[in-house]
Amino acid sequence: MKTFTADQFPEARRKLLERYAGQSQFMQGDVAVAIGGLFAGCDFFGAYPITPASEIAETMSNLLPYAGGKFVQFEDELASVSSIVGAAWAGSRSMTATSGPGFSLMQETVGYAVMTETPTVIVDVQRSGPSTGQATLPAQGDFYQARWGTHGDHETIALSPWSVQESFDMAIEAFNLAERFRQPVMLLTDGETGHSRERVQFPRLEDVTVVERVLAEDHEEMFGDGGAVPPMGRFGTGRRIHVTGSTHAANGMRMATQPPIHDKLIRRICGKVSDARDELTRIDVLGDGTEKVMVVAHGISARPAYGAVQSLREQGHDVGFIRIIGLWPFPGPKITELCANAGAVIVPEMNLGQMSREIERFVDGEVVGLNKIGGPVFHEREIGEAALEALGRLS
Amino acid sequence: MSEQIKQPMLQYLRQEMLPTTFCAGCGGGTVLNCFSHAVDQMGLDVDNMVAVTGIGCSSWIPSPYFEVDTLHTTHGRAIAFATGVKVARPDLNVVVIAGDGDLSGIGGNHLIHAARRNIGLKVFLVNNYIYGMTGGQVAPTTPTGTRTATTPYGNPEQPLQITELVSAAGANFSARWTTHHVNQLIKVMKTALNHDGFSFVEIMSQCPTSYGKFTRQRDASTTLRMFKENSVRIKKAQGMTDDELEGKIVIGTFNDRNRPEFADSLEKIAQARMEESS
Repeated sequence: MKTFTADQFPEARRKLLERYAGQSQFMQGDVAVAIGGLFAGCDFFGAYPITPASEIAETMSNLLPYAGGKFVQFEDELASVSSIVGAAWAGSRSMTATSGPGFSLMQETVGYAVMTETPTVIVDVQRSGPSTGQATLPAQGDFYQARWGTHGDHETIALSPWSVQESFDMAIEAFNLAERFRQPVMLLTDGETGHSRERVQFPRLEDVTVVERVLAEDHEEMFGDGGAVPPMGRFGTGRRIHVTGSTHAANGMRMATQPPIHDKLIRRICGKVSDARDELTRIDVLGDGTEKVMVVAHGISARPAYGAVQSLREQGHDVGFIRIIGLWPFPGPKITELCANAGAVIVPEMNLGQMSREIERFVDGEVVGLNKIGGPVFHEREIGEAALEALGRLS
Repeated sequence: MSEQIKQPMLQYLRQEMLPTTFCAGCGGGTVLNCFSHAVDQMGLDVDNMVAVTGIGCSSWIPSPYFEVDTLHTTHGRAIAFATGVKVARPDLNVVVIAGDGDLSGIGGNHLIHAARRNIGLKVFLVNNYIYGMTGGQVAPTTPTGTRTATTPYGNPEQPLQITELVSAAGANFSARWTTHHVNQLIKVMKTALNHDGFSFVEIMSQCPTSYGKFTRQRDASTTLRMFKENSVRIKKAQGMTDDELEGKIVIGTFNDRNRPEFADSLEKIAQARMEESS
């Protein structure tokens, strides 16, 4: 993996980033996502307005030209997501941002990006659904849409920030993972995080690592026959690349009817992510995994969960906390390990039980879904009471 | 020893992928041949060209056969993907070749807005009146009354006038020809390839298999003869009534103007902002 630091960017981008580098600013989560993208080298943004994600596009439309980048607002999300895949093959580091309904429209092209191994970043600022739902109150209902929204066998890489600071940090990380695994990466925030204002400490440019795109040498194939992640190509370099969403051979040519070719291709593009699960596992833990009750949460719901568990622990209760930061691939084995002693695993989430279903696959103890929909985020008290109740039942 | 004479246009094709998957008599081969001639006559650098396609028989015209960087995309989205390529790399010659169902049906919204934006794509829409690859279902371009696999009692809808639509939406260049008019087709392809801004050619084409089986046009020559007999030059058509134009194909250049190209406008915005901060 080749990397460079953000101080190596061309002058125009460096000048733009220096407005922020090393400083701290009070800003919205959505704005922080956009600035994170700029730190990661984003130079193409395909947009379509949707609350509560529009501020990402607005910020990009304002700032991207200063870095020589291009912003286009499209006619719909089908186009915005398609454009970022096209731009990536033209050599760009590309990005789009949307919310639930737009994310649904994008799913076919998510599959195309997976199949063609195109690095790009898709931000979903989750809102209440299904359909227009409570436009535009926050929710966490796209946990499984991020994973299984597109058809066919595939793996997903998705990150879940819980603050404005992390919205910035993880936008950079999303770009880096996209390049490293040559695959679309989802940044799954929510309306609360996206519209909250908090202080962000921006790193110095020399402290920001950017993963470089690996381009194929003349003798190298771009769609397999090497390691798990083949080197990519770029249009206009004379390679006469053939990119298709159909099943293809290592040289990119369509080979849709031969079972072994499909089998080899799909197992490789799934394996490159699933085999890296341990490495992609990112969690925060309060406790040592011996606790009788464990609270597992992600994103905005992890904030009150953390507060609740911290208070209970200070009072001497046997409760632990796990925050899942890398949502997909799901860190199942780690959850199994940390919940080995837990008689109850409490999962607060702003949906009617999505991550709790996933956790059920990995723990022996009872999984207690704490489900809140309708817009308001959890209060520490609600989670604390559920934990105490479980402790009472178990003692 | 006699030397084998090769069709000169083969040099532009991925020869290892031949023969093509086109049915006997398909217009796709004519479009590929004319396009190759246009590129050849213009002496274009094929390593600077990107062909973007969607899903359907006509998308197979450049992909995989025409040997340039090729992006074979999802159904209907070729223009949206191509816009990403063109905006990211305005120096590349980005060509879209796809069918009527793909570009004007499922992808119709992108066609309208790309024309409105006047992005410098060269779009060749092959209109064979039908969803051919899926077996002959009614398309947005199927003439009223035609029986198809999904209009067994005749098509109750009006066909879309695509070139008129693209012209009205704001394209710099738009034209319609047919696979019968091969010399004019090569010429108009050259004009489109040379034009700044959104350049569009609708190519009426024959589908002896999926359209022909419903319309007694199972051999290509029947449709080609129909193209010859029913085509009316746009100048002449302007003096004709709607009744007189019933069943006719209006051919020629619909509009030819020189409004600013979109990728170039974006480049200027970026340049101005970068200069401001330097």
